[in-house]
Order: sequence, then C-alpha cells, then structure tokens
Amino acid sequence: MRIEISDLTVKRGGRLTLDHASLSLEPGELIGLIGPNGAGKTTLMRAMLGLIPASGLSSLAALPPAKRALIAAWLPQEREAAWPISVENLIRLGRIPHRRPDADAAHIEAALSRMGLQSLRHRAVTELSGGERARTLIARALAQDTPVLMADEPIAGLDPAYQIATMQLFRDLADEGRTVIASLHDLGLAARHCTRLVLMDQGRIVADGKPVDVLTPDNLAHTFGIEGHFAQTKEGPVFQPLRVLS
Amino acid sequence: MRLLLSLSVLCLLLMLASILIGPAGAGIGESIRALWTGDDALGLVMREIRLPRAVLGAAVGASLGLSGAAMQGYLRNPLAEPGLIGVSASAALGAVIALQTGLATALALALPLSALTGAVIAVGLILLLAGPGGGSLGLILAGVAISAFAGALTSLVLNLSPNPFAAGEIVFWMMGSLADRSWLHVAIAAPIMAAGAALLWGSGRGLDALTLGEDGAASMGINLRALRLRVVLGVAAMVGAATAVAGAIGFVGLVVPHLLRGAVGGRPGRLLAASALGGAALVLAADIAVRVVMPGRDLKLGVVMALIGAPVFLQLIWRQRRGL
Repeated sequence: MRIEISDLTVKRGGRLTLDHASLSLEPGELIGLIGPNGAGKTTLMRAMLGLIPASGLSSLAALPPAKRALIAAWLPQEREAAWPISVENLIRLGRIPHRRPDADAAHIEAALSRMGLQSLRHRAVTELSGGERARTLIARALAQDTPVLMADEPIAGLDPAYQIATMQLFRDLADEGRTVIASLHDLGLAARHCTRLVLMDQGRIVADGKPVDVLTPDNLAHTFGIEGHFAQTKEGPVFQPLRVLS
Repeated sequence: MRLLLSLSVLCLLLMLASILIGPAGAGIGESIRALWTGDDALGLVMREIRLPRAVLGAAVGASLGLSGAAMQGYLRNPLAEPGLIGVSASAALGAVIALQTGLATALALALPLSALTGAVIAVGLILLLAGPGGGSLGLILAGVAISAFAGALTSLVLNLSPNPFAAGEIVFWMMGSLADRSWLHVAIAAPIMAAGAALLWGSGRGLDALTLGEDGAASMGINLRALRLRVVLGVAAMVGAATAVAGAIGFVGLVVPHLLRGAVGGRPGRLLAASALGGAALVLAADIAVRVVMPGRDLKLGVVMALIGAPVFLQLIWRQRRGL
C-alpha cells in the first residue's frame, strides 16, 4: 500500500521536532530511517501513524484508528510487556485489530516460527532476555499481518545473527509486496539490506534514495560527523563507519 | 473457564455458609426451610438480615475485585488499587458528613446517598484534573491529590466533632462492615454496581492491548481516551457504591488480582471476571470470619480484611523477590 505524507510538522515546546517532512512510500520497499539521536526519526513515524498531533498530511493518520490498525503495525522502541504473559499470548495481542484474538492460529504460528520462538512459546515474557523479548515483540507486530510495518530501532540489542535475520526478514516482507520502514543506527546493515534510505537531521529529511546515494561522504560528515567507507562488492553494498570527524 | 467455574462454586458455597451463620443459632435444615417458607422470627432473620448481608457481601467483594483488576490493568501496575483515583476517600467523606450532621440518624438513606454524592464529585474532579489526553500519569496524580484532600477533610470533621459519640460512630463506620444491612442497601448499590460492571466488562480488549504500552495499544486502534473514561467511570461507580453501603474495605482490590494473575496467564482481560469472583469469595469469607471468630464483639470487616490482606501481600512480595 502506498503511503503519502506531505509537509508533516510536529511542534513540541516551541521547537520543531519534525519540520515539513514529505515522503512517498511504495509497496516492496524496505526503507531504512537513519540519522543521529534526536533527528526526528521516531517523531516522523509516530506522526505518520497519527499517534501524536501533527500538521500536514499523512495518508495513514487520516484513516480511522481501527482501520489504520489493519493496514499498519507499529513496533515501538520501548520493549514494553507489562504482565508475565506467555510469548504465545503476547504474540496473540497482535490479532486484536482483527477482533478475533483467539482465532487466527496460523498467523500466530507463522510469527512464532519466523522469529525462532517456538521453543519459548510458553515462557513468560518477563523472564526472557532483552533480545528474546525484542524478538517476541517483533513477532507480535508480524502477527498483526498488515501491508505496512513500521519499527523503531527493531534490531537494537539483538545478537548479530538475529540482527541479520531480522533485516533479511524485513527484506523478505518487502519483497512480498509490503512496505517496511525501520529506524536504524547500524549503517552497515542499513546499507546492505534496505532498498532505500531516508536520512534525517534536526527534524528535516536531508537525503532520500538508494543507500549508495545517501551514504555519501558529504552527508555522513554533515549529519553524523563521521567518515566511512562504502564499497560495492560482489556480496552487495558494504559500508563501514571509520572515524569521528573533529 | 475451569477457573471461573471453580470460583463460582466457591462463591456459592461461601454464600450458603454466610446465610447459615449468625447469632440466632438455628440448625442448617431448619434455616434453609425457614428461608423459603418460614413465617416466624427465623424466617424473618433469614430473609431480611442474613440473605441481604450475604448478597451485599458478594456484590461489594465482586465490585472491589473487578475494580482492582481494571485499575491494575489500566495503569499496568500490580500495586494499583481502586482507591487510587480518590473515589473511596471521597465517598467516605460524604458518609462522614452525613454521620456528623445527624442526617444519617434522621434518614436511613442519607448515609449511602451522601457517600454516593461524594463519589460523584470525586469523579467530576478527576476527569477535570486529569486532562483531555489518554495518559495514565495525570490520572494517578489527580487521584492522589483528591484522596489526600478528602482524607484531610475527613480528619477535619473528626477533629472538630463536638460529640465523642459521633466521632466514635464515624471511626467505626470507616472500618467497614456488612452488619445490619437491609435489602434497601442492596437496592441502592446493586444498580450502580451493575452499571459499573457493564462499563468495565467492555474494557478487556483495551486492557489486553495496553500490555504493549500506551503507544502499542493506540497503534492497534484502541481509543485510549475512551478506555480511560470507561475505566474511571466503571471503577468509580463500583467503588463508590461499595463504600456507600459497606464503608471502607481495603486490600480486596489490591490482593485479589495479584492472587489470580498467575491462574489467567497474566492476561488483564481474563483477569476481570476472575477477580470479580475472587473478590466476592474473599469478602464473603472475611464476613464469615467476622462472625465466627468473635461472635460477641462487633468485629469490623475492614479490620479483618486488612489483617488477612497485609500478610498475603507480604507473602506475594516475598515470592516475587525469590523470583517464583
């Protein structure tokens, strides 16, 4: 599903945390949202969903919340799970928008196996390690089975194998025709797996395009203050940050 | 499902025990016969004293248990209890004013009605103070402020009370009791409690979604503003009505959801019905204990409840610390 936002603006305490952002997202894209801390990545996604008041247009926020929940799943950065409920039941919460939380066993099973959680299904989420809990919450968002998935730093805290597996999973979802947007700090994984990168700085979108066109020495210096090495190898694009510019 | 069934059976057994226990000291068969057919004194005791007491005990317990489960689910905090939003303190203030002014002696209905007025004012203030958003922090802060203010005013009434008997009466009322309640009390409280239960019943899906946090729940289409209104009004109706007819009975709303959380797999929506039944069972049991342990003395239900509740709570903390 195509998502359009134009001139989306969020003011907080007289400061623009999101400054006239415009984007058009197509099905089949895995969009990596990158930028330094405080650049407005989370604000952009929450405003797109209509979770915070914003001026401007967002095709998702314009929908009634119950309908939007059938189109877009949201994985917040805070890995919240308030009660000691089992992994399986937490994933089942993703079926709430479909109003049949006890049906749809197939979606729950698929989400469990996609995140490698079958052996943990009866464990209480409060007993899991941080990484296992993160995977459970990703599985919850997958169980919502929406054409759009938005995730805020989904791979933070995961071990390398699950970081790669999660990025590959997101890419597979995009290849299935979904739209996946994830904010990321690992520029190497972003460059390797994303079909498109959106670079943000101080509430503005400053670059948007293929990884090779966004991770340029100029952009890296201006927004992150770092220098990195980008190479096209036969393994695909490889990026490694090298040093902080002073 | 099996849990709800066994809790229901427990409630029925305790209700039966409750109507068979009392100072009249009649036999079991005799009492039950008198309940249906007795035109004598025993029939009157069964139908007009013991039965309303048991019904009220079950209703008050169910209200406190259900409200506690809803508050904990909404605030995502196992230490939340229905008194947190200040409704029980305000209802108590209303009752205390009725007792102090002598209205309660002039008219039997004055006390519960005054307590309900206190509860309604508290709800209005809560909704005003907590602001238009769907957040829970504003609700907690407003509740703490209202509780503290109502508590201070209650102390002020006691402080300025010219008559030590009135002061004593107020203190005893605040300990909470189901003694000497009639069908009139049931008739006042039951419709309000039923309305509150209906509101809270519909909140299960939203409370389940809140397991994922406010942002997570909102992203799944849950209207947090409507959910908060539902929870506040539902809890206020149930706790206000319970306090109006039975006085302040603590710990039920705190302990019962805790005890049953494991049995429902931690799911806040499922906890609602289980806590309602568990609360009814606990209050019925405590009300039986009140009459059995010290038959000669007017032991207060709220006191017994605190004596049961505090150790249970300490045990729960102990268990949590050992990570079980």
